[in-house]
Amino acid sequence: MSEAILEIRDLCTSFNGALVHDHVDLEVMRGEIFAIAGASGCGKSTLLREIMLLQKPGSGSIKVFGKEVLDLDETEALAYRKSCGMMFERGALFSSLNVMENVGLPLREHTSFSQGLIEEIASIKIELAGLPSSARFKYPDELSGGMRKRAALARALALDPELVFLDEPTAGLDPLSASGFDELVMHLKESLDLTMVMVTHDLDLLWQVADRVAFLGDGHVLGVGGMTELSESDHPLIREYFYGPRGRAAREQAWKRK
Amino acid sequence: MAAANAELIGSEIRLTGKWDLAGLAGFEKRIEDFSFEGIKRVDAQDIESMDTAGAWLIRKTFGAVEISGLKPEHALLVEMIAAPDMKEGAVPGHFLERLGKKAWGALHQSWSMLSFIGEAASALVRSTKIRWKPIWHNLQHAGFDALPIAGLLSFLMGIVIAYQGAEQLSRYGANIFVVNLVGLSMLRELGPLLTAIIIAGRSGSAFTAQIGTMRVTEEIDAMRTMGISPMDQLVLPKIFALLIALPLLTVYADIMGVLGGMIMASFSLDVGYVDFIDRFGASIKLSAFLVGIGKAPVFAAIIAVVGCFQGFQVSGGADSVGRQTTRSVVQSIFLVIVADAIFSVIFSLVNL
Repeated sequence: MSEAILEIRDLCTSFNGALVHDHVDLEVMRGEIFAIAGASGCGKSTLLREIMLLQKPGSGSIKVFGKEVLDLDETEALAYRKSCGMMFERGALFSSLNVMENVGLPLREHTSFSQGLIEEIASIKIELAGLPSSARFKYPDELSGGMRKRAALARALALDPELVFLDEPTAGLDPLSASGFDELVMHLKESLDLTMVMVTHDLDLLWQVADRVAFLGDGHVLGVGGMTELSESDHPLIREYFYGPRGRAAREQAWKRK
Repeated sequence: MAAANAELIGSEIRLTGKWDLAGLAGFEKRIEDFSFEGIKRVDAQDIESMDTAGAWLIRKTFGAVEISGLKPEHALLVEMIAAPDMKEGAVPGHFLERLGKKAWGALHQSWSMLSFIGEAASALVRSTKIRWKPIWHNLQHAGFDALPIAGLLSFLMGIVIAYQGAEQLSRYGANIFVVNLVGLSMLRELGPLLTAIIIAGRSGSAFTAQIGTMRVTEEIDAMRTMGISPMDQLVLPKIFALLIALPLLTVYADIMGVLGGMIMASFSLDVGYVDFIDRFGASIKLSAFLVGIGKAPVFAAIIAVVGCFQGFQVSGGADSVGRQTTRSVVQSIFLVIVADAIFSVIFSLVNL
């Protein structure tokens, strides 16, 4: 049906002798919301960091838009980074800039637009991310956790990337904000024609938003597929993850909604 | 790859090219010069691609005109982009208002500084046990580790004073007075002052950055909830450590400075080491040394209190830590020099 936008082959990473990724293979299709799940410390965030060229894997290949990203030169890497957006777990908003300036910063750096147009585009992104317009002039430390996440998402979308990475988008949010975020992610994917790759622990997010989920554990991809498919897997680690008390509740919730 | 373009054909505008961030570079300028009088229709069927920036530009410039031929996905995008509400949020106030706020801020700052000193003093009175571990730790970092830089700088300072004095003194054949020059200026003024300034830059800034970062990461609050007073745990040990370290460093700086002067004197003034030391004992009174050392604890208290106080003033994030650290260093050096000037006045009044 659609082509792979992100292709990871045979990726190995080790930290101080401990193997974090042991020949990991993954494929993300254009236009899907792809989630990476797994227990804490299984190398999910590391995987994102490697895709975004923040960290070098030991060996293997990562192809994005059909191009190997691990051996890009400076200019190619810049172009690649501009075509992707990343939202960090704790927002990573610049504390000396207000929300509007935070979102406008990539535009100011990489386009020749006038200040006025940059502010307008930044405001559009801020509204898309579901923030009230009064939040634009606030500084990150004046925002609540949920608003900070939305501001971080708005900044990730600033350059209209085709591919957006979300690191724990709902961690630390109250249930209401978290489900608001679920809807926001789906809405943005529909309206902006995005491909999203997210790392998450949030079972509700996995059940309700993700098109496909990869389950990482022991350095391997233990299973890839839709949540229903994955929850029927008989791998002990996956069963433990999805059939713990919280996993069951989220599953029932998902069935009820359907 | 075709850049975004708009062509005027009769009463119709034809939009072509890529209406995305890359394609729109420089287009904003051209679109401003366009005149839209009498335009009936916008033909958008040749637009190759579009993102939110492009959609917004189309909506902003051609919003009032009928747009035809948009591909469905582009139409959706243009539809979705609502005009952002651009009313200004933070308006910079009137000049007088800002002046007033600044003045009030300065007043408030000195008030909270005073109350911080009061809190530290009352914590000192109330504290039942001395926390040796953080004191040792601070002694090592603020004191021992500063030995090389404090020693080197005073040594160089001694050389410079002797060298500058040499020319003047040799003109009058008063070579031996280089001992008085170096001895008095190092022991009374430069030793303590130089050491205090080095420590303000080295340790005062470290205190502010440490406490400030702990505030940002809520470690200070965590400490309070555990019933550990940050005053006792963080501030008092730093004050104690500097009170011990700075006088000791000053003695060391005095020695190194005089040593520098001595070496320079023997090189450029033919005042031998033995003569220098003889003359030093005869002409420099103990009071000169004690006056210098006596100032060191006061400087130490200023540096530690200002460093810690500015750390607690941090609010928000990385930016604030940087600002308060700058303020801490500037303020403590300023106050050290002011205190030194006050000492000079007092000492001259009591004929020391």
